Amino acid sequence: MNRQHAAWLLLAPAAIVLGVFFLLPVAGAFALSLTDYDLYALADIHNLRFVALNNYWALLHRPLFWSALGHTVYFVAVGVPLSMLVSLCAALLLHSPLARCKPLFRTALFAPVVTTVVAVAVVWRYLFNTKYGLVNEVLGSAGIHPVDWLGDPHWAMPAIILFAVWKNFGYNMIILLAGLQAIPAELHEAARIDGASTWRQFRHITLPMLAPTLLMVGILTVCGYFQLFAEPYVITEGGPLQSTVSVLYLMYDEGFKWWNLGAASAIAFLLFAIMFAVSELMLRVGGKEAGT
Amino acid sequence: MTPRLAKALINGLLIGGALVALFPMLWMVSVSLMQPGEASNLPPPLLPAQATLHNYRELFLRAGMGRYWLNSLLVSTAITVLSLAFNLMAGYAFAKLRFAGRDALFKGVVGMLAIPAQVAMLPLFLLLKPIGLVNHYGGVIVPAMASAFGIFLVRQYARGIPDELLEAARIDGAGELRIFVRVVLPLLKPIMVTLSIYTFLTAWNDFMWPLIVLTGQEHYTLPLGLASLAREHATDTELMMAGSVVTVVPVLLLFLALQRYYLEGLLLGSVKG
Amino acid sequence: MKELALPSSPGSRVLASQSRWAPAFAGATRVSAALCCVISLAMAICLTACSSQTDSHTLTFWTIGREGEAITQLLPAFERENPGIHVVLQQLPLSAAHQKLLTAFAGDSTPDMTQLGNTWLPELAALGALEPLQTRVAHSSVVHPDDYFSSIWSTNVYDGVLYGIPWYVDTRLLFYRSDLLKAAGFDAPPRDWTQWRRMLAALSHPERGVYGILLPTNEYEQLMSLALQQPDPLLRDGGRYGNFESAGFKRALTFYVDTFRLHQAPPITNIEAGNPWEEFGRGVYSFYFSGPWNIGEFRKRLPAAEQADWNTAPLPGPEGPGASVAGGSSLVIFRKAKNKQAAWKLIEYLSRPDVQGRFYDLLGDMPPRRRSWNQGGLRNDPKIQAFREQLERLKPTPPVPEWEQIANEMQLVAAQAVAGDLTIDQAAADIDRRADRILEKRRWMLDHARHAASEAL
Repeated sequence: MNRQHAAWLLLAPAAIVLGVFFLLPVAGAFALSLTDYDLYALADIHNLRFVALNNYWALLHRPLFWSALGHTVYFVAVGVPLSMLVSLCAALLLHSPLARCKPLFRTALFAPVVTTVVAVAVVWRYLFNTKYGLVNEVLGSAGIHPVDWLGDPHWAMPAIILFAVWKNFGYNMIILLAGLQAIPAELHEAARIDGASTWRQFRHITLPMLAPTLLMVGILTVCGYFQLFAEPYVITEGGPLQSTVSVLYLMYDEGFKWWNLGAASAIAFLLFAIMFAVSELMLRVGGKEAGT
Repeated sequence: MTPRLAKALINGLLIGGALVALFPMLWMVSVSLMQPGEASNLPPPLLPAQATLHNYRELFLRAGMGRYWLNSLLVSTAITVLSLAFNLMAGYAFAKLRFAGRDALFKGVVGMLAIPAQVAMLPLFLLLKPIGLVNHYGGVIVPAMASAFGIFLVRQYARGIPDELLEAARIDGAGELRIFVRVVLPLLKPIMVTLSIYTFLTAWNDFMWPLIVLTGQEHYTLPLGLASLAREHATDTELMMAGSVVTVVPVLLLFLALQRYYLEGLLLGSVKG
Repeated sequence: MKELALPSSPGSRVLASQSRWAPAFAGATRVSAALCCVISLAMAICLTACSSQTDSHTLTFWTIGREGEAITQLLPAFERENPGIHVVLQQLPLSAAHQKLLTAFAGDSTPDMTQLGNTWLPELAALGALEPLQTRVAHSSVVHPDDYFSSIWSTNVYDGVLYGIPWYVDTRLLFYRSDLLKAAGFDAPPRDWTQWRRMLAALSHPERGVYGILLPTNEYEQLMSLALQQPDPLLRDGGRYGNFESAGFKRALTFYVDTFRLHQAPPITNIEAGNPWEEFGRGVYSFYFSGPWNIGEFRKRLPAAEQADWNTAPLPGPEGPGASVAGGSSLVIFRKAKNKQAAWKLIEYLSRPDVQGRFYDLLGDMPPRRRSWNQGGLRNDPKIQAFREQLERLKPTPPVPEWEQIANEMQLVAAQAVAGDLTIDQAAADIDRRADRILEKRRWMLDHARHAASEAL
């Protein structure tokens, strides 16, 4: 058997699975979004109507979509920088030669990433409880008035952001740590000999050399955070007053609670388009700044 | 800043960070051992007054956690084994075998990483319905039998296999498939371990798709069972914590045992070239 | 994008391992790999096959809410009478039931039979999911349509076809702490909204955390009951458009929102409310707006000494005793059920007056047929007199398949009004907008059907 044939044979199983169970549905999702497939259509396919771009049009006119998008953008705009800042600080701490027991700390800081979202979301739901939760206990001992984390529409999303940062910062921390370790030590040595302070070394050596990694991590985190779903589903059920409804939560509700599959597919595609646009933008802007 | 102060500060921050990272999980275990209703006392207690396994008994005898646990184990194992086979084959083909359209196809695979899985979920549900895979384990297993990320990971790693080894085997007269099984697979052992851990963890923690496709309670995996319990027993804190412990502890242990491979694979996956 | 340098390149590690023990390892790996593949394939096949096994004598039955626990006590006797049938019960929580039913329908994984709230019956019937039961009823010696309360029986008929047998009848009315009312100077429960408002004002002490009534902001039944008391229907034009901007609905919404504004009810969801029975027992709320199953629950959860402190009362209406929602659950068989005969046997069993009497004893759910009301417990129980009275004044919800979604949207907007984000007029307009959007497909289908019918002539 020659190499070409072997290649196709080895490729075939994965190709079939991905083609049939991923690419085909994605194409199907686009087709679905052009119809008004709903429960009536599920019962009898003759109830299906082809509506072209009407789903998208109706969606853009629906206030709930814009508020869901707003909540998602809020989550991304605050959560990503916060998460990356925490990851960077943690990576810097772990990278420092003065740190002891590094493997232990690394494991501890990474552990939340491995846990099941649903399980820890349940834990945090209790931690955020207004009366019996430990978060308010800690705030209370610092003299701060208890916050109605999960009942107040203004604080529910920050609660979810805090949870998401806690859960995910370890992941980027490891990647940034590897990036830090890849910076040649000689550069820092040379700068130290020249009399540069730690802060100046950070600004002029570490940050520029880390920039490509930071950009990549940033884009990945942004894409991941746009897909916010499990946290509002478990912790707040989209509330209070629908203040934690994200775009994917809306899609799930439309699609699997009310079975408006046409409208839900339109939501999914719109989200995809937005994510794509944002990552392209970040690549262009970030790429120019990093000089690549 | 003196070196001593700096050292104290850095280690202090690390200890603080580790505490924040670990505390919810420790509290989870602590509450799961409390008497029902104990956690709703003011001020909230940190440790149980008298540890009890009552909640775990309730969980397994009344709430059917054992069934969910078994479902998770079966589904995750099946996905891990099958997708490992498929991804290894495809990843090697992309890495070491030349064929028409290889680069374009691989770009397509990388492109698939950018598409959020949720886009495919609705039509996939409609697709699986006539095949009869809705509300079956197959509905979760079959679509996961190959993944773009797995193929990407294997391909990155397999590129490091020296071509001379393969050429030598070819000169010896070995067929392509034989080379794959006898020469390449042993060399891919580290990435196999990494990918297995990663796939198992992802499958165990997967929530949205199983929520959609596993409609019957008897097929629920742990995250689903836990989420439905959380909606039903919102006030039974101790019971819910026990459920969380049962869900999280297996994967935490797996991670602790094999973290070296997992973290290495993570780094490998972040390489783009 | 720059590549990250790895500590050691795979190549060198690979070469090192190759030289020493490659041959033996390679053979072992191949065998174990093959074994793994075989085992996993076998597992996958087995799992797929095993999970699809349904015995022809297994009857799958879904219950919703508290009824599930009570049913487990009734089933052993049924299985003794019918030795060939084994009932597999799945209990759904109320919050997830609607979604699970639709998902099961969409995924072709419906059970044989289920308990179904009669407000959801039009939805499943419109989808063609349910089996018509008229012929079975005609041949039955147990189910006699005339014995049932007619308003309840009619909620099971959609488009002229009978799809369900009423299992229990349900409505919403007031549970109240008679001792707290007496202490505040009220000897009888309120008969109209004015009296009610007065009592709520006297019984609410928000600074102490004590409120007149608990109205969870994520439950729509309370507002819906108040809305049904109005003369204006909730939808107009044969269920084509929302009618929420009517004077009647605005009056109901105003009363509802004012209760929060006057601090007579806390603006919390049922999750934040915690354990309502304990709170009611502790006197945190004097009134509780709920259904008959809570008679059994309060009996069970409150201590014996407190049983004389609470009672039930029919819903006060705007000008006198008011209507309430004609709720309840029916037993339905799915069209794609495998075991329709066994399902019908269970339905007949559960429709027997003596079994319905026992069901009432277990849970407090009211039977839908008159003969069952002559059973001992029901005849003499003082706490259910209010229900008997309320059963004379019931109004059904609009029988459109989209009703569940519309009711949900109504409550979401009402919650915003409660929070002060919308005025009454804005809220009513918003609910109408949302309802009109949801009903768009129904309008198309009704016009389409009318068009097709006129073309056929």
